[in-house]
Amino acid sequence: MTNKEKYVNAFTETFDITEEETKGLQYSGISAWDSVGHMSLVAALEDAFDIMMDTDDIIDFSSFEKGMEILSEKYDVEF
Amino acid sequence: MMWNFNKFSENTALQSDDGTQLTYRELEEETGRLATAIGERCLVFSMCSNTIGSVIGYTAFIQHRIVPVLLNAHLDPELLSGLLKTYCPAYLWMPDFMTEKYSDWQKIYTSKGYTLLKTDYEKVYPLYEELGLLLTTSGSTGSPKFVRQSYKNIEANTRQIAEYLELNQEERPITTLPMNYTYGLSIINSHLLVGARILLTDKTMMERGFWSFMKEQKATSFGGVPYTYEMLDKLRFFRMDLPDLKTMTQAGGKLIPELHKKFAEYAAEKGKNFVVMYGQCEATARMGYLPAKKAVEKCGSMGIAIPGGIFHLIDVNGETITEPHVTGELVYEGENVTLGYAECGEDLIKGDERKGILQTGDMAQFDEDGYYYIVGRRKRFLKIYGNRVNLDEVDRMIKGKFENLECASTGVDDHMYLFVTDEACADQVKEFVVAKTGLNQAAFQVIVIDSIPKNDSGKTLYRELEKYYK
Repeated sequence: MTNKEKYVNAFTETFDITEEETKGLQYSGISAWDSVGHMSLVAALEDAFDIMMDTDDIIDFSSFEKGMEILSEKYDVEF
Repeated sequence: MMWNFNKFSENTALQSDDGTQLTYRELEEETGRLATAIGERCLVFSMCSNTIGSVIGYTAFIQHRIVPVLLNAHLDPELLSGLLKTYCPAYLWMPDFMTEKYSDWQKIYTSKGYTLLKTDYEKVYPLYEELGLLLTTSGSTGSPKFVRQSYKNIEANTRQIAEYLELNQEERPITTLPMNYTYGLSIINSHLLVGARILLTDKTMMERGFWSFMKEQKATSFGGVPYTYEMLDKLRFFRMDLPDLKTMTQAGGKLIPELHKKFAEYAAEKGKNFVVMYGQCEATARMGYLPAKKAVEKCGSMGIAIPGGIFHLIDVNGETITEPHVTGELVYEGENVTLGYAECGEDLIKGDERKGILQTGDMAQFDEDGYYYIVGRRKRFLKIYGNRVNLDEVDRMIKGKFENLECASTGVDDHMYLFVTDEACADQVKEFVVAKTGLNQAAFQVIVIDSIPKNDSGKTLYRELEKYYK
């Protein structure tokens, strides 16, 4: 699985949505992505990429696209 | 009148995260105008958010004896429509953007992003004279069951809370809970009583904007349910620099003792207060609290009755328990015990059905010093092979043993289902529970699901798990 696939997977599995729905998705844009969902998403991403995210990055993680930016800039995940 | 806003006229009452604010004098004026627009005692559905417009509505209704039903502004439209038909309110107070769906109803008044709509129901249900407020028992469901709170209930509980938390006008609480949820509302009530500045935001702790608002406005306190504290723990809250934060309160369920200890020790070390509290919507909001100075020593306890309240335990025969460390049902007596429930419009005329006494449905014990410990709920237990097994205790045991694991146990007699969100732990969880209960492993089944269903105050919705095994 490519990193992009793993990333998309974390969203589709955590929020039970399709790949199509992940594009442009923002925090609280769907009911599943609330504070509880956010913690699950972070856990899924940490597992998928074997990383430990910093507090600042967890609270800056405000959209599907922003998350990719954070993972590539701070955690050396190449997309 | 519930509050004396004129006493603090120049203090800022409400500070919103969009930069707008309102003094107590302005709040007094706003509430007066809204109440005048309504002009009579009647039923209003108030669609809540943590915004200035929402608080103006609530305080106007309470101050002027108009009876609000507080609902979440994001309540599912179908559920709302069912509630409207059941109760036939005379007005709706809702965010401007919501009014499109109700274009048949006349806009009477607007202020601060909220609009007052006059409905056209012919049916008018009479209201009991002391009825002050209606709240749902769970935060987000559309159940038509409301708790009926009187003016005396709200006034008493607000005073009790301000007293035991020693609130004053220097406080700046930040909202972390919905306003239509009894705990969130009690924070607003008690801080308006003392002339404090309430920091209003709908952002959650998972958003950058929440933390920057908190720091800019030098928030002194927040409240949280157990899940809030689990999140804070994962966010490495203990490493954050929050010099203005003075008090953290916790209610809405029992925090696992490990986390209780962690936050109590952190607070003690940093010179902050961590106050675990106990309550129910049926008692307006609060019934018990663990004084901050006892947080470490009495870790795991929900404390003692609030000022003016009394706790005692009864056994299965209704007899009062006098020995410490014996489990019984917790009973509370106090002025904040609400009138009863309403399940339809005809119930709004009902008077006081509880007479100040509430059987909480929670099972508790007290220690030699009179501190109470919740050990379970009356109905959350299973009989397995003739042995009584308390499901809440099973949940707590698992959470205590497996750090960061989401779990919920439920089931039917002789069959317990252990729901977890991490497949890797499934076998270990089963082994652990089998070992702890000493019962045959055939009674236990682990089911792995994506997430444990919870309501918006973080309480597990065990009912929603039934579909996996029934």
